[in-house]
Amino acid sequence: MQVDNTANIELPEPINKRRLLPIIKLTANHRLCLAVLLALATCLLYMSWNVTASWEFTLEFRGKKLLTFLIVAIAISTATLLFQTLSNNRIITPAIIGFDSLYILIQTALVFFLGAMQYTQLNVYLKWGIEISLLVLGASFLFQCLFVKKRHSLYLLILIGVVFGVLFHSLSALLMRLINPSEFTVLQDSLFASFNAVDPHLLLISTLVIGCIGIFVSKVHHQYDVLALGEAMAINLGINHARLSRVTLIIVITLIGLSTSLVGPVTFFGLLVVNLAYIVSASHLHRHLIPMAICCAIIILVGSDVLLQHFLHYNSKLSIIIEFVGGIFFLLLILRNKIR
Amino acid sequence: MIQTQQLCLKYGTIEVLKDINLTFKSAGITSIIGPNGAGKSSLLSLVCRLQQPTSGTVTLNGEQISRLKSPDLARQLAVLRQENHIVARLTVEDLVCFGRFPYHQGRPKTADMAKIDSVIDFLDLQPFRLRYINELSGGQRQRAFIAMVLAQDTQYLFLDEPLNNLDMKHSVNIMKRLQQAAQVMHKSIIMVMHDINFAACYSDEIIAMKQGRIIYQDCPQMIMQSQMLENIYDMPLKVIELEGRPLCLYYR
Repeated sequence: MQVDNTANIELPEPINKRRLLPIIKLTANHRLCLAVLLALATCLLYMSWNVTASWEFTLEFRGKKLLTFLIVAIAISTATLLFQTLSNNRIITPAIIGFDSLYILIQTALVFFLGAMQYTQLNVYLKWGIEISLLVLGASFLFQCLFVKKRHSLYLLILIGVVFGVLFHSLSALLMRLINPSEFTVLQDSLFASFNAVDPHLLLISTLVIGCIGIFVSKVHHQYDVLALGEAMAINLGINHARLSRVTLIIVITLIGLSTSLVGPVTFFGLLVVNLAYIVSASHLHRHLIPMAICCAIIILVGSDVLLQHFLHYNSKLSIIIEFVGGIFFLLLILRNKIR
Repeated sequence: MIQTQQLCLKYGTIEVLKDINLTFKSAGITSIIGPNGAGKSSLLSLVCRLQQPTSGTVTLNGEQISRLKSPDLARQLAVLRQENHIVARLTVEDLVCFGRFPYHQGRPKTADMAKIDSVIDFLDLQPFRLRYINELSGGQRQRAFIAMVLAQDTQYLFLDEPLNNLDMKHSVNIMKRLQQAAQVMHKSIIMVMHDINFAACYSDEIIAMKQGRIIYQDCPQMIMQSQMLENIYDMPLKVIELEGRPLCLYYR
């Protein structure tokens, strides 16, 4: 009797190994250096291109906006990357699960229950603290239900996330219709703090929070490399999985809250930059991945604003362009995943 | 020595494991056998702290493993589960390097690199060293994962069906290497096995499970009897002797 053992025959190693990108082999460090240089160049371009008013005014005006861009870029890319590491999933992002719609719901509910007067009189820091703690509570609960209890299929997760996002969104819309117009103006003011008009207090908190998170992440980044191998592997290799994932979830949610409070929800931006970082960085180490994702985010965010400002003359909105590109990218990822 | 006391695991009302009292020796090869759904993999998960038991305790040298620090435990006990899906793009070398994580905490030293090298050699993985694991065949990938847990260099090594996806040649090869590790380096290797003949051939001890309980724990000669095996698997089986070794025929 003949045994069909062909499936197990080891084929010789292919001579021309197929690379993801047919470019010159660069080490991860070199790639990162290039990305940092490019990001710096984009920022410089942003600050100095086509200055018509006095330099003093321009630098202050653009500087503040650039700082916002930087904070948002760092927050969204880090949050998405860590969330994907935590959930071992490269398509899900906190925004797709509806974390940022939850933040808006919380803000709306605060105005609804406290009233506009109380809301505006609240200390900025206290207000931010309340909002973030509510968000952490709510989002942790959501995460527990979706990821920890049962291992759902990817498509179900996305579907549930989208449904939750719409639910939170509609609830906010309902509350907005119930409050009176003057209160709504107050709410709108805090909700649509766009890239142009950002509260300086908020910038201060954001910078501090990002600093603290940065210190923490730089200490444990090796553990994240192991966490990315999955729960069982991480525990086997001596990671305190329960603790690390809890802390990471809080970091992710805080960062999402931070960026949403600065510029409102952006659904696909995180997904876009993080997946770009996976491709471009050619490394599985968070030491490379996190800075690379941040650089990608800065280049895209600041670069597209330069485009918008000087070539399209603000005929479109920044978020629309980014969401358009990001959305297409998301669809591509889903399709490719299906084919595999 | 790893011991379990009154270990129970329930999913809702379904009892997966019932009152497991076991002792794993600190050296030698132990095979866990039993029909599907007997609770073999669950037992492995509980003993290796991948899952929390509903009740009962697991102790390592007299100390409860839930009280031990996770990084310390990772240098004494390694586990490889059946399904290992990794999202990240890793080379075989990267993967094996992760096996040394409990020692280097992300900064591999020369001693770690030497160990990685020797393990890759030990499992004949040298030609695949720089290949990405998602581009390997099932058998090659399985060997890479085994290399990873071997690099962890622990006293206890728990493997859930290590021969999954392996052809005959590599199955025998891996078993010989594991036997070597157990005998020369005095390690304790505990495996969930489906191929009863492999289990009988290489184990020092066999633990038989059925419906969430331990029904036999004995040397292979005692387990490899038609009556015993029929009790375990609930099917007619025949044990013959070939070249002085018991061989179970279960193909028809």
